[in-house]
Amino acid sequence: MPIAPASALPEVTASDQALRRYLHGLPGVDPVGLEARAASLGTRSIKTTAKAYAIDLAISMIDLTTLEGADTPGKVRSLAAKAVRPDPTDRTTPATAAVCVYPDMVATAKAGLQGSGVKVASVATAFPAGRAALGVKLADTRDAVAAGADEIDMVIDRGAFLAGGYLKVYEEIRAVKEAAGSARLKVIFETGELSTYDNIRRASWLGMLAGADFIKTSTGKVAVNATPANTLLMLEAVRDFRRQTGVQVGVKPAGGIRTTKDAIKFLVLVNETAGPDWLDPHWFRFGASSLLNDLLMQRQKLATGRYSGPDYVTVD
Amino acid sequence: MSDRLSVFKTYKLYVGGKFPRSESGRVYEVTDPKGKWLANAPLSSRKDARDAVVAARKAFGGWSGATAYNRGQILYRVAEMLEGRREQFVREVADAEGLSKSKAAAQVDAAIDRWVWYAGWTDKIAQLVGGANPVAGPFFNLSTPEPTGVVTVLAPQDSSFLGLMSVIAPVIATGNTAVVVASERAPLPALSLGEVLATSDLPGGVVNVLSGRTAELAAPLAAHQDVNAIDLAGADAALAKELEIAAADNLKRVLRPAAVDYTADPGTRRMTAFLETKTVWHPTGALGAAGSSY
Repeated sequence: MPIAPASALPEVTASDQALRRYLHGLPGVDPVGLEARAASLGTRSIKTTAKAYAIDLAISMIDLTTLEGADTPGKVRSLAAKAVRPDPTDRTTPATAAVCVYPDMVATAKAGLQGSGVKVASVATAFPAGRAALGVKLADTRDAVAAGADEIDMVIDRGAFLAGGYLKVYEEIRAVKEAAGSARLKVIFETGELSTYDNIRRASWLGMLAGADFIKTSTGKVAVNATPANTLLMLEAVRDFRRQTGVQVGVKPAGGIRTTKDAIKFLVLVNETAGPDWLDPHWFRFGASSLLNDLLMQRQKLATGRYSGPDYVTVD
Repeated sequence: MSDRLSVFKTYKLYVGGKFPRSESGRVYEVTDPKGKWLANAPLSSRKDARDAVVAARKAFGGWSGATAYNRGQILYRVAEMLEGRREQFVREVADAEGLSKSKAAAQVDAAIDRWVWYAGWTDKIAQLVGGANPVAGPFFNLSTPEPTGVVTVLAPQDSSFLGLMSVIAPVIATGNTAVVVASERAPLPALSLGEVLATSDLPGGVVNVLSGRTAELAAPLAAHQDVNAIDLAGADAALAKELEIAAADNLKRVLRPAAVDYTADPGTRRMTAFLETKTVWHPTGALGAAGSSY
């Protein structure tokens, strides 16, 4: 296997002990302060033109997702059509950033998105549990890339992470990054399974040290997914990481963001924490499916002045 | 008299089975006809109206899908609960409309009787307005009434309880869900009705009660694309015209305001106003011709 590009901070990833010392040396998180900060940023009032801007930005940041056992090629095709033109009645609506599917649906999604500029993201590495041998995970990743995925959403081995096997997790991310080649790598921590905010901070740094292009909260398959607090924590991590290494990493909250109000709260978090550099689909994404319809209804409300309803958006 | 401190009631909205304050935080003073202060009622905003529509839409599937028999049982249960709170409603109606105790009691009794009357209609309206249609072909052809959907009800301004009950009951009896804008001047009986509905097995969101300025709330509701019909009972002529124009945008069903004596037999007009007719063709004859065993 070719040698992966050097880690951002080579000295801390030299051994399991060094990595552990580094991650446990990160400042502890003050949970009360974190949640209070996230909550207070959520009270900002975003109206009229700022709201219109935020809605269009949020639409352009969506990874329109379908990750069901019941996904059919037809469903993926209709999702792809929706990603390209979310509101057929209003052509000024921006396209979403990407469509996110399982690896076997990548080719279908790719065909549906041809020439549109909308990316195909594929989950991989035995999503969502991540409980498979490394070889299987790498094969999963290569399959997705070979089928044309532009982005790979991998899950970390939470079991190894929680057991303290940081170097194992680190090396796994490196290997997947290698297998993903030029595809951008999003690393999913499944924050709902990491128990503490300290663990989320450690996972964020671990992922970024290993070369993640994006750090992502969750799979959407567990009870607790993206929350303002855990996303704020990850935004702080990418901000600090860029200050320290000069490398910019994206953030993707996923799961549980269903309303325009929620989405705008997250955008406020981004702007106030990581800064306007991250207010771009290249650096911030929403993993969502039902969110798009709510954004479209709000967009119609702004355009026409009357409340819209679910009869006026496509049901996917 | 004891020297207890008086416990004032905070009247709240009834939306989605919960009792929120207005999202706007506003209230307005409600007085009796002579100008004596009675209570503060929430002054709802258009966002409260929007939330109420969301709640009503969410409740529609379950309520319209419930059996007519079950809906009748639940409406009857509401009447039972009202009976237990009769004294409270008599007092509130007497205050709101400036009536004597006995006249207010007559209004409340009539309102509860009206509700029971509509409860009985839930499983009978289909026989009245549906049926088997004779067609020139080998088919069964059946028409059945279906609820229209989410109905905005502007409650009558003057009859704060009997009128209110007479416009809500026909809407929900047939399986619609309702967003009710209470009488602007006398909203307290309507807000108390919410407390009764919440304890009567009626699923949250089937009836949502808003208080505030009728014109302010009715405008966004009439234009709302996810509202299927509007009952303009509580709108004056000028407002009704404006609302009807707004309602035309998504082809809402509109029940125009008319002078109504709410003590008289209401007939089925208010129920049929918010029903759609579904007709199905069933090809029995073709099966018979093919020698099928049925």
